[in-house]
Amino acid sequence: MNGDVATDTAGTVSGASLIPSPEGAGRPNYTLKPRTSEAGEIEGELLEVAMGPQHPSTHGVFRMDVALDGERVVKLKPVFGYLHRNHEKIAENTSYLGSMPYTDRLDYFCSLTNNWAYALAVEKLAGLQAPERAEYIRVITAELTRLVNHTCLIGFLLQDMGASGTPLMYAFREREKVLDLFESLTGARMMCNYMRFGGCRCDLPAGWLEQARRVVDQYPRFLDEFERLLSENEILVARTQGVGVLPGELAVNASITGPMLRAAGINYDIRKVDNYGIYDRFQFRVPLGEQGDTYDRYMIRLLEMRESIKILDQALRDIPPGPVMDPKAKIRGFRPKPGEAYGRIEAPKGELGFYLISDGGPNPYRYRVRPPSLINLTILEDLCLGHIVADVVVILGSVDIVLGEVDR
Amino acid sequence: MLGEGIIKGLAETARNFVGSYVDEDRLTTVQYPEERLPAQEAARNFPFLLFDGNDPHAGLRCVACQICERECPPQCIYIEKSKDKKPDYVGKPQFYPAVFDIDISVCMSCQICVEVCPFEAIKMDTEFELSNTDRFGGLLLDKHQLAKSNEYYHKIHPTEAAGVDSRLAADKAKVEAKARADAEAKARAAAAKATALPTLKAAPAPEA
Repeated sequence: MNGDVATDTAGTVSGASLIPSPEGAGRPNYTLKPRTSEAGEIEGELLEVAMGPQHPSTHGVFRMDVALDGERVVKLKPVFGYLHRNHEKIAENTSYLGSMPYTDRLDYFCSLTNNWAYALAVEKLAGLQAPERAEYIRVITAELTRLVNHTCLIGFLLQDMGASGTPLMYAFREREKVLDLFESLTGARMMCNYMRFGGCRCDLPAGWLEQARRVVDQYPRFLDEFERLLSENEILVARTQGVGVLPGELAVNASITGPMLRAAGINYDIRKVDNYGIYDRFQFRVPLGEQGDTYDRYMIRLLEMRESIKILDQALRDIPPGPVMDPKAKIRGFRPKPGEAYGRIEAPKGELGFYLISDGGPNPYRYRVRPPSLINLTILEDLCLGHIVADVVVILGSVDIVLGEVDR
Repeated sequence: MLGEGIIKGLAETARNFVGSYVDEDRLTTVQYPEERLPAQEAARNFPFLLFDGNDPHAGLRCVACQICERECPPQCIYIEKSKDKKPDYVGKPQFYPAVFDIDISVCMSCQICVEVCPFEAIKMDTEFELSNTDRFGGLLLDKHQLAKSNEYYHKIHPTEAAGVDSRLAADKAKVEAKARADAEAKARAAAAKATALPTLKAAPAPEA
């Protein structure tokens, strides 16, 4: 098989004619020039590395085209799209209800908050109102989701730093308890598909609240343990403090949301700003960071979990009896009036929004997701410049992305 | 002191390690094929078709209305309606599915088919050990593989099944009461006719 893949100087495969690609297409928009010392001697070239899509620590199929000067990052280009599943277009061709299970698969760690954001958008569109008990159930499940997400994030972050196993296994042990709760409520551990337009699919099973209370009561003990294990660890401190500093101004300009933004010291939490659902009834604080570095992003998640536990305590105490579905809601033949709506919530990763346009038909005319992971990821280069390769992995871990949501 | 945090963390690891011998909370591993966790009642995996009584064909609740086929988001259900009809649980003649296939390699276990079904005919199974050597035919379940008895449904989802049964019984009672009321009304009308027109030989016998 001689010369099968040999190329000639013009860049075409011999025996086949290729469409000439435009100059530089598919390549980073910079040139790699040999670096010279002051004396004019060539010291070496920048090294181009494609980290991913199969890099073990890139949290899924995600590529970073990195240009390295020795070990320092001088250029980084995130490349998305490997996990694109056409979610938005599929949603425009299925019924409103039919997209609900697909939202589970956006950020597969937080299916219940995804459900809520979508349900909120459709409820705005159709003028439905979830009853009191359903609102409480939503808050409880969403805050449990936040606990799961942040716990696992810290586990993954430590895994990225090289602490292979221990913190992640501890995190997963606790996550399992919450997932058991989800399973007994919704029937599935991760793909819950639980919220409906105008309420929740079913009421809490008998004994669920007691079980949930037990899990929530034990959680602070685990957080204390986690903090003793990690927060003062010299290696963690050395690897995270001063790494990947995100200035507040840049965070706002790049429309970063969620714990990333609050770690940069900007007080913006949609639970406080919008008071969607019934969040105005709960006493909780919004933790803020000072430096905006990776350590702050780690710490803010621990603090947020403690606030989530406060909300859960209040919600589990106050939850009233009653129906869980709006009587106006209907499962079959759901056609909201023409109009548009944007529903957003504070998902564990940031602002998750669904923008819908209805033309009165059974499926949305336009369906758009505002995924927090994607938008938080856009400033990855600014965080990574000047750091070494090993830090890139840690910074990516602290951004908290799930590729199912980035690529949709 | 440098290293204090690490030592603190290691103490925590040691506490977890020793604790795993005495505290069940710290040792959560289950040796799966030998040991099993008790199944959750709400658990769901793939749909199945319910039938009443002992005969999967005669008792099949599905009337081939094809609502689930239309609503299924990944479109994994395929139904062909029958040409003839068979009586359903209240005795009304209904179509039945001549073909009812679910491709469980496509199904995403969302249970929307269960929610939209007006006949309580399709429910979620909890069976999860479905590995198969044939990835195409083996994962395409037909009507006979999908049909499962109401007793089985009661075994896997007792609370839900009891609710469904009482709802169906109420429906049936309502239908029977209406039939009885209709029959009585007809009989009364016929009797009234008979008395009003005595010249007629005999009133037609009321239908039972």
